[in-house]
Amino acid sequence: MAETLLELSGISKTYPGVRALDDVNLRVCRGEVLGLIGENGAGKSTLMRVLAGVIAPSAGVIRIGGTEHARMTVNEATLAGIAFVHQELNLFENLDVAANVFIGREKLAGGPLKLVDNAEMRARVTPLLERLGADFTPSTLVDNLSIAERQMVEIAKALSIDARVIIMDEPTSSLTISETERLLEVIADLKAHGISVIYISHRLGEIMSCADRVVVLRDGRTVGELARDELSHAAMIRLMIGRDLKALYTPPAHTPQPGGCDIAGVVTTAFPDRQIDLSVRRGEILGLAGLVGAGRTSLARAVFGIDPLLGGEIRIDNAPVGVASPRDAIRQGIYLVPEDRKKSGLVLELPIRENVTLASLLDYARMWLVNGSAERKIAKDQARRLSIKAPSIDIEAVTLSGGNQQKVVLGKWLSMQPRVMFFDEPTRGIDVGAKSEIYALMRSLADQGVAIVMISSDMEEVIGVSDRVAVMHEGSVSGVLERDQFSEYNVLRLAVGQALETMEAAAS
Amino acid sequence: MMKKELGLFLLLAVISAVTGAINPAFLSFVNLLNMANLIGLFGVFALGEGLVIITGGIDLSLGSMFALLGVVFIDLLTTYQVPWPFALLLVLMGGLALGGIQGFLITRLKMQPFIVTLCGLLIYRGAARYYTSDSTRGFGYGDEASTLSNIASGNVAGIPNTFIFLIILAVILGVLLHRSVYGRWLYAVGKNEEAARFSGIRTNLVIATAYVISGGLAGVSTVLFVFYTNSVSPSSFGNFYELYAIAAAVLGGCSLRGGEGSILGIVLGTALLQVLQNLVNILGIPNSLNFAVMGTVILIGVLADQQLQARRRRKAALAGLARTAPKSKENTRLQNASAHGAAALPTTTGDQA
Repeated sequence: MAETLLELSGISKTYPGVRALDDVNLRVCRGEVLGLIGENGAGKSTLMRVLAGVIAPSAGVIRIGGTEHARMTVNEATLAGIAFVHQELNLFENLDVAANVFIGREKLAGGPLKLVDNAEMRARVTPLLERLGADFTPSTLVDNLSIAERQMVEIAKALSIDARVIIMDEPTSSLTISETERLLEVIADLKAHGISVIYISHRLGEIMSCADRVVVLRDGRTVGELARDELSHAAMIRLMIGRDLKALYTPPAHTPQPGGCDIAGVVTTAFPDRQIDLSVRRGEILGLAGLVGAGRTSLARAVFGIDPLLGGEIRIDNAPVGVASPRDAIRQGIYLVPEDRKKSGLVLELPIRENVTLASLLDYARMWLVNGSAERKIAKDQARRLSIKAPSIDIEAVTLSGGNQQKVVLGKWLSMQPRVMFFDEPTRGIDVGAKSEIYALMRSLADQGVAIVMISSDMEEVIGVSDRVAVMHEGSVSGVLERDQFSEYNVLRLAVGQALETMEAAAS
Repeated sequence: MMKKELGLFLLLAVISAVTGAINPAFLSFVNLLNMANLIGLFGVFALGEGLVIITGGIDLSLGSMFALLGVVFIDLLTTYQVPWPFALLLVLMGGLALGGIQGFLITRLKMQPFIVTLCGLLIYRGAARYYTSDSTRGFGYGDEASTLSNIASGNVAGIPNTFIFLIILAVILGVLLHRSVYGRWLYAVGKNEEAARFSGIRTNLVIATAYVISGGLAGVSTVLFVFYTNSVSPSSFGNFYELYAIAAAVLGGCSLRGGEGSILGIVLGTALLQVLQNLVNILGIPNSLNFAVMGTVILIGVLADQQLQARRRRKAALAGLARTAPKSKENTRLQNASAHGAAALPTTTGDQA
């Protein structure tokens, strides 16, 4: 076995109430490509942040070339030769390539003014770019580069600090196929020069083609390791799942009624070359699963009129509806409980009362003057119905807990007449008690004939709450599961773009 | 909400009392009426500026608008002998139109309010100077608009009409801002435009309307100022007046970040500014210090207000924590966790169930 370059042992990271990493062990050898996989929230990014010195672990040891560290600072990580190619690229678009590569370590010219020596920096970056086969110059403005080219800049930056380990977090999520192949070639070249790469990806195909070894994380723990000759999609998926899911499911009061919302051939701005077909019936909760960035939120935003629809049609009860703006959508009874409630769901500085009536204030006004008592009444009704815990409906939403804030967002929509409701990560950051209240509310809405789409990255929630699950993969629906097909394995297969196994194959 | 206005009112009262004690001329009937007139003149367009500031924007073009609309107004009455009701109507519509154009540029073409209205400031001023070849326009000896002149600069039982106009407009706008659906939308848009849009509010329309109202009030102010000075010299008429309006609005509790402020506050802010100017004269402070005094008071006023607010917020936060102690603690923890873990932790909150 090659020489061990880097070793993490017993790394734990606890946030109050959450164990993000639990006794993780990881070893990287010189010149090896280590695949790191796991579901959304398995702890991959947290682990890499520990390695890059961005966050300190609560316990454990980081061993680099024989030296032990209880924690690292960003500078120590850099000195130790660990470089990070970020998921969201961290480049300054207003500066040129050379300036980005040397950001914070600018080469200075002599003389009393210590001016930045652009010529020197550019001269040093040129060979790095040549090595990566990049066809832009060091003086190109980053703003003019494509995502793939920007990635090359990040890698050049890593090379410029003589990195020994380069961490790539979902590097191909925005790349075309040929750009991805180019990146994989670069990785092979890095490997040939003895540089190790930690490759984090949801795309198991890429992992298969470039990884020498794969480590699987689940719920913040290392649950398995696969050598190159043990790699297969099935083996990886099997390791990624494997929790016992709690039974949350409440069946609908009656079978779903005809009608509902049909999304036919819809094209969103996030994936202009993909079409989405999806239908949700009245009275059912359709779970919408998929990996982060699969296009679920973009779909909800398009249907709600926030982003333009580039194509396709939305029908409610078989009648086409136009949704050019949120106002149109709301008129049609399409409501969205957004992912980021503090940013898009609520005006935090306004009282509960004004938030509840924000979308329907004209209904409580005569000649455009607000009827205060009618408004108070509806706000109080909603606060009671949703059991919003607050001393009064006149206190600002900012003082409420996450669960109660979410209930205020719900109150805003439930004071009107919903026909189709999108819930985008409805229980993120919400405590357990409020969660089950929100599930019960969704069920009761469905039983009243509302069609419900619940976008969720929480597998327990997807499987435990939905009547059916649609899974999205890279901008389109890769499959729909009925309840008897529900399993974490099936959802995950569809989420990474694999077809479902037939029953016989699964049984064997 | 009312605390701020009360504080401002007390400040106004204290300053007036102290000035009056030092020099009783300050509280003389003549001086008070003179101040009332100036408060009326400067208050009308400060109301519009306040609305714009509540959207999170700013209108720098008001002073130049006065010059452009002013020379056009006088020309309509004198050179073209247009009956005064039409001239008045045209000037008001001119103000609304300029406001509409600015609102369109800001909301539909997504330009920054500062830039749009700064260019407005330059363009209107230039247009006014070019139109008049930089010569002062005034009324001749005829009585082109004596009726309107009496309305604009007269008084009722000694109270200047300008002040009465301010009160009437303040009441109308107060109802609009504090009681109407539009006012509610304006605050919501100013505080969190995205959440307002996600609630189906046509945020562009709401914001553009504020600029239109501001332009319309600028039209009203133009007429009042024209009859106050009886002539318009296009290069100096209304210079810096937009800054008075911004100062009054900020002093009255509007935040330049948007979403905060009240009509009463803006009126009190205008009054305080005029009182300060007046006391500089009355107390024999060198006139050249006028601006410096104003600047100092605004600086101290806004600073004091911020400190008080921060203290109030800390108290409220503590009270909130005590009220929902175990729950909310749990929750902030979870939120911290997801904030740190960001993309990595979307499901962790579910895992601990």
